Amino acid sequence: MEAGTLAAAGERGSALAQARGFASRHPVQVFVAILVVVALALIAAEGLRSFAQVSINGLVAGSYFALGAIGLTLVYGILKLVNFAHGDMLTFGAYVAFLFNVTIGMPLLIALLVAVAATAAVGVVLELGMWRPMRRKKAGMLQLLLMAIGLAFVLRNAIQFVAGTQPRTLDVDRTSAISFLDLTIGRTQLIVLVTGIVVLLAVALMLRRTSLGRQMRALADNFDLAETTGIDTGRVVIVTWILSAGLAGLAGVLVVASTGSLTPNTGFQLLLAMFAAVILGGIGNAYGALAGGLVLGLSQEWSTLVIAAQWKIAVSFAVLILVLVFRPQGIFGSARTL
Amino acid sequence: MSDVLPLAISLNFLTAWDFWIGVFILAGVYGLFTLGLQINVGYTGIINFGQAGFMAIGAYASVIFTVEVGLPMLVSLALAILVAIAAGLLIGLPSLRLRADYFAIATIAFAEIIRLTGQNARGLTGGNQGTIAIELQQEESRFFTDGWFEVSDWVGSNILDPIGLGAQEFASLPLLALVWLVLVVMVVVLNRLVRSPWGRVLRAIREDEDAARALGKNAFAYKLQSLSIAASLGALAGFFIAVRLETVNQDVFQPLVTFIGYAILVLGGLASFAGVMVGAVILWTVLEGMRFLDLPLGADKIAALRFILVGLILIGLMAFRPQGMLGKREEMVLGE
Repeated sequence: MEAGTLAAAGERGSALAQARGFASRHPVQVFVAILVVVALALIAAEGLRSFAQVSINGLVAGSYFALGAIGLTLVYGILKLVNFAHGDMLTFGAYVAFLFNVTIGMPLLIALLVAVAATAAVGVVLELGMWRPMRRKKAGMLQLLLMAIGLAFVLRNAIQFVAGTQPRTLDVDRTSAISFLDLTIGRTQLIVLVTGIVVLLAVALMLRRTSLGRQMRALADNFDLAETTGIDTGRVVIVTWILSAGLAGLAGVLVVASTGSLTPNTGFQLLLAMFAAVILGGIGNAYGALAGGLVLGLSQEWSTLVIAAQWKIAVSFAVLILVLVFRPQGIFGSARTL
Repeated sequence: MSDVLPLAISLNFLTAWDFWIGVFILAGVYGLFTLGLQINVGYTGIINFGQAGFMAIGAYASVIFTVEVGLPMLVSLALAILVAIAAGLLIGLPSLRLRADYFAIATIAFAEIIRLTGQNARGLTGGNQGTIAIELQQEESRFFTDGWFEVSDWVGSNILDPIGLGAQEFASLPLLALVWLVLVVMVVVLNRLVRSPWGRVLRAIREDEDAARALGKNAFAYKLQSLSIAASLGALAGFFIAVRLETVNQDVFQPLVTFIGYAILVLGGLASFAGVMVGAVILWTVLEGMRFLDLPLGADKIAALRFILVGLILIGLMAFRPQGMLGKREEMVLGE
């Protein structure tokens, strides 16, 4: 009897080992399979309509998670900097948009463009004034990490000092909604979703097709090797910051347009979800961050079908820890980077 | 007067005894909290961003064991520390094998899960208002701090009153004395610990983990032990915060708290436990002393200025003196 149990346990063990081996060889397929199973279970339990409705909400959230996460992952990949101030760059962009859209009263599109440009400019200034000198000093990881946190404090509280803590919102259409097939999406949310997807596709194309994008990926792959092949790394790093901070500014505006609420803490509250997206997709991998952001947006909203909505953010932390436990290199990453 | 000199320091700061006693209680509690960061960051080279989570566990568990279960306060504290260590193992086992920056992100996510649980699991923690202590008081007239106030009142009437410190403004002196006594004892104990053979292995891991492994040391086990010590110290700090505030609110355990700990850590210096005490006193004196600057600003602007200052301390020290004030340059391994 005992021997039989042991043998069964042994077989189970080897089946498990086989499953693990398969999972680590085909992470993307396994992950998609998990998502499909979860989705089917939710459809079976809650019905197709409510599942489709929360999925729409999830894609809207996912589009700005992904925009934020791409900037975070590019800076990590190229500069090995875990930018804890990235969330506050989102906040900064959103407040610039608020200033131009509400305080000054310009159209939202113009406010958005100004916000993106201003956030990108802050990114460049910080690179030249802070990060580049620190790289020259060969600063260690803890040094850079704590500087980024210090910077996050300064940015967030400078915003609070100037703008106060009262919640703000942008001047957007908050009432009209579009209905189709028994589903509804707010008009503004639809615009956010379309804007997000279009920009994400443009960034993906830019990384894949342009020489600048190829240079950025080369730097992320191996900075020193890229430099020896004659790439002007200083210029590529500046472009990376423009892209990272600019996308953060855009994401900040889209968050506020979509959720209707802006405080000095808005960006920081999204930071861990963006980290989760980055790690899910494989840290340093821009396409991974794109997919990771969408998946996180979806899973947060899917969770509201099963548990109370106030636990929504905890879902991204749980995803983060689960990925770190089971596949720390992320779905698209390779073990080499660990 | 204040019309002429808007920045003048109001003079009552010298006589505000209860205020400064409160500030130094806070400094002592943050000192305990930061000792845990010191053994992790300064001696083991692991970047723990989840210390506020251990503090939250210590505070919630102490209160729950005392008020809901009805255990004596010290027993509750001991159990709370065990819960914190268990949580430390739970997060450390899967994530301490990862690279240092992954570990940092994993621990901050862990701390936020704990805080959100405190906020949302109303049945267990009293939710946002942190009202478990008050609810129970209404039902059974049992307060979390009952046990402590017995001691504190005895000290007040038998020691403080005879020497002329019986006034209400000195009422928190016993807590101040206890917190700092525990802090100093911990500094002495930890100093011995890091000078022991065990501590030398810890530092070897910090300097070069692969070399320590090659010498047959189980680096992973040492890192887990280091994290457990940090978790215990965090829980101890959480216990004292709960005693001080007489209730628990998730807002006290924001990730911000961990980073204030890091500001104290780098102010005092890496790889120096005494430096933690110095850093804690300096930071809290400056942060709270700003209240006496007669600034013509609203409360949220003053709060913003305080945290801008914390941020500038972190940036400035990391840029120009990364080992901190009392830290030793040769002990500084900031990781590549």
